[in-house]
Amino acid sequence: MKPRHKRFALIGLGLITLALATMLVLNAFRSNLVFFFTPTQVANGEVPQGRSFRIGGMVEDGSLTREGDGLTVHFIVTDLAKRVPVTFKGILPDLFKEGKGAVAQGQLVADGTFIASEVLAKHDENYMPPEAADALAKAKASGAQSSSTLVVQPQ
Amino acid sequence: MIPEIGQFALILALCVAIVQGSLPIYGAAVGNSALMSMAKPAARGQFLLVLIAFCCLGYAFAVKDFSVLYVAATSNSQLPLHYRLAAIWGAHEGSLLLWTFILTVWMFAVTLFSAHLPETMRARILGVMGLVSMGFLLFMLSVSNPFERLIPAAADGRDLNPLLQDPGMVMHPPMLYMGYVGFSVAFAFAIAALLGGNLDAAWARWSRPWTTVAWCFLTVGIALGSGWAYYELGWGGWWFWDPVENASFMPWLAGTALIHSLAVTDKRGGFKVWTVLLAIMAFSLSLLGTFLVRSGVLTSVHAFATDPKRGLFILAFLAVVIGGSLLLYAWRAPRVGLGGGFDLVSRESMLLANNVLLIAALGSVLLGTLYPLFLDALDLGKISVGPPYFDAVFAPLMTPALFLMGIGPLAQWKKANLPELAMRLRWAFGVSLVTALALPFVLGKWTPLLSLGLLLAIWIVTTAAINLRERLAHVDGSSLAGRLAAVPRSYWGMLLAHCGIAVFVVGVTMVKGFETEQDVRMNVGETATIGGYTFRFDGAQDIMGPNYTAARGTFHVSRDGRDATVMYPEKRRYPVQNQIMTEAAIDSGLLRDLYVSLGEPLEDGAWSVRLYYKPFVDWIWGGCLIMALGGVLAVSDRRYRLAWRREEPAVPAATQTAGRKVA
Repeated sequence: MKPRHKRFALIGLGLITLALATMLVLNAFRSNLVFFFTPTQVANGEVPQGRSFRIGGMVEDGSLTREGDGLTVHFIVTDLAKRVPVTFKGILPDLFKEGKGAVAQGQLVADGTFIASEVLAKHDENYMPPEAADALAKAKASGAQSSSTLVVQPQ
Repeated sequence: MIPEIGQFALILALCVAIVQGSLPIYGAAVGNSALMSMAKPAARGQFLLVLIAFCCLGYAFAVKDFSVLYVAATSNSQLPLHYRLAAIWGAHEGSLLLWTFILTVWMFAVTLFSAHLPETMRARILGVMGLVSMGFLLFMLSVSNPFERLIPAAADGRDLNPLLQDPGMVMHPPMLYMGYVGFSVAFAFAIAALLGGNLDAAWARWSRPWTTVAWCFLTVGIALGSGWAYYELGWGGWWFWDPVENASFMPWLAGTALIHSLAVTDKRGGFKVWTVLLAIMAFSLSLLGTFLVRSGVLTSVHAFATDPKRGLFILAFLAVVIGGSLLLYAWRAPRVGLGGGFDLVSRESMLLANNVLLIAALGSVLLGTLYPLFLDALDLGKISVGPPYFDAVFAPLMTPALFLMGIGPLAQWKKANLPELAMRLRWAFGVSLVTALALPFVLGKWTPLLSLGLLLAIWIVTTAAINLRERLAHVDGSSLAGRLAAVPRSYWGMLLAHCGIAVFVVGVTMVKGFETEQDVRMNVGETATIGGYTFRFDGAQDIMGPNYTAARGTFHVSRDGRDATVMYPEKRRYPVQNQIMTEAAIDSGLLRDLYVSLGEPLEDGAWSVRLYYKPFVDWIWGGCLIMALGGVLAVSDRRYRLAWRREEPAVPAATQTAGRKVA
């Protein structure tokens, strides 16, 4: 092979590797995107069926109940306009509190309950999870009942 | 008074930085050695001034001066002294000060170890670093001043976030920043070379040790952060693909690529243009990482925009640094020329493949980290990209890279013979394959990923052994010890770092394959068994800490009826911020960790409890430390020390030899 051919072969190989990598990345990216929805969107039926997504909002005061096994919990996530009942089996993160923001990831089942596979804890509790704050802000902006108890305090 | 001195020192440092960033570079351009020689004293002066400012802030924390806004916001009178000092970098303003301070530390180091550099080169390097520090000082003084007063003073501080009250907080950020900012030296070398238009092998040799040292710090910093998350967050995970983690991982990937590309430029004069681009990339990603984590943009894109001055400054600064250096690159790089040619199968081509794979991995992390932010900023909806994406992308990208890691160091420069390589490596391959297939069965569970991980790890170690044996056959020396000593340290460093990767891979593979976890409700006296260990819960007592109260659980752990250990996980409550913290109990071992964390109290003294059995998890961080150790060993090689001792006129001669070799 002449040096020029070698160089072409090298560049070609590099491009093929890159193309493969890009394909792999984009494919994985598309199938692993998790979309976020507010309780209002859930109530309006805008959420995907049979696919995992996130909901966020405030954990309604007094809505947290625990089953006899000590692990399964039920609570309600609200954006102060609509409410979504959530079931989760496992240990809740330290930052989880009634009246505070929370984000849960999971699927919606037929009876309208959200079965969470994960309730998210952020590194820092000075702020409300951004998605949750956003859900509340949206519901408020669309003319729903407002709330003065929530303080969104970004750093 | 003291905070004002700090503030004043920062202003003076800014003035010095302006001088340092302009006159020496101009002097290098016009050949005025008086102007060039200003770089060194300016850099040292700036180091001293920022050191004063740093000490002033430290003093304000030490004496609990709550009339300083930053001190009041991030500490509290009950906070122990070492955490008050660590609180210097507990939030945005202080982190920037730490960043700038470390930048001046690196500058100072450059003035100490640059006697062998040509005057113009040193002037340009320090000038570029001066420009970077000018940007940071301007930013601090204009929109995020750590010395801002709070009048009237607060009665007490708001306290450091309890999550940050941990030895990890004392060590992790400075280490990480040493790494981030260390890439500024490689960056400055690259920009200086572009400005001067002479990118030769000598340039690569000079910047290699600096890059490696920065990389070592970054590796240790990331490992510390990962370990901290592991024991502090109470979730037993060691890497979450969180944007904060990704922000530190991206410069690491770029830096790893840079180290390998520099090797080619140093030894063969090749990849010059690419190496320069990588140096720019590594530092740009460090800047991006700093700002991503510290600007609040991750918290909320919209919160970031609510303080438009800060956001605007950051974007402008990033645009100037990244855009400016890329412009300079586009203008000057075509003059650099290509290095020596090489064959399709050669050490160069394998290092090139390593670079392509690392950069592809970097691109995928960048996409997964920034894409959700972009969508959010443009109000196109909220999405998140979870760990499954990164896992799905990383395994296939890193598998060929790790496989090549075994072959690359054995391949000859320029042209290697594939059948001959295969012959030399056949034993390593056979041993790896058989062990990887058999070992999981011995351990009691077989999955393809388990075998693949073990295959790669054993492959790396066995090929390293072959590599060493061949090397020893080629060096002079009668005794084995003499021959071992004759092998250069940089070579030992490379082998060691690669074995560190193997250790890391074993850790990841074993944890992913064999870890077990259990969330259970436990009454007092009840037992649960996991991974062959039986945990008996003996109830929880209330205890008092220095600035918290806690419930401390007692778990007696036994194995096969014999007592193994007693573990005390805690659930702490920090009253100042009214925050609950899980303090997991971990029994570490070479082959396994036991991990217990308390969930929530239930009725009758029962608790919900999370139990983990994590085999080989400590190998993950051990592997990182071995990698960093390899880097340290490589830097201590004689060839760099010789380069430092060598007088200036000797350098062009070295360049010529390198040039001839390539030609």
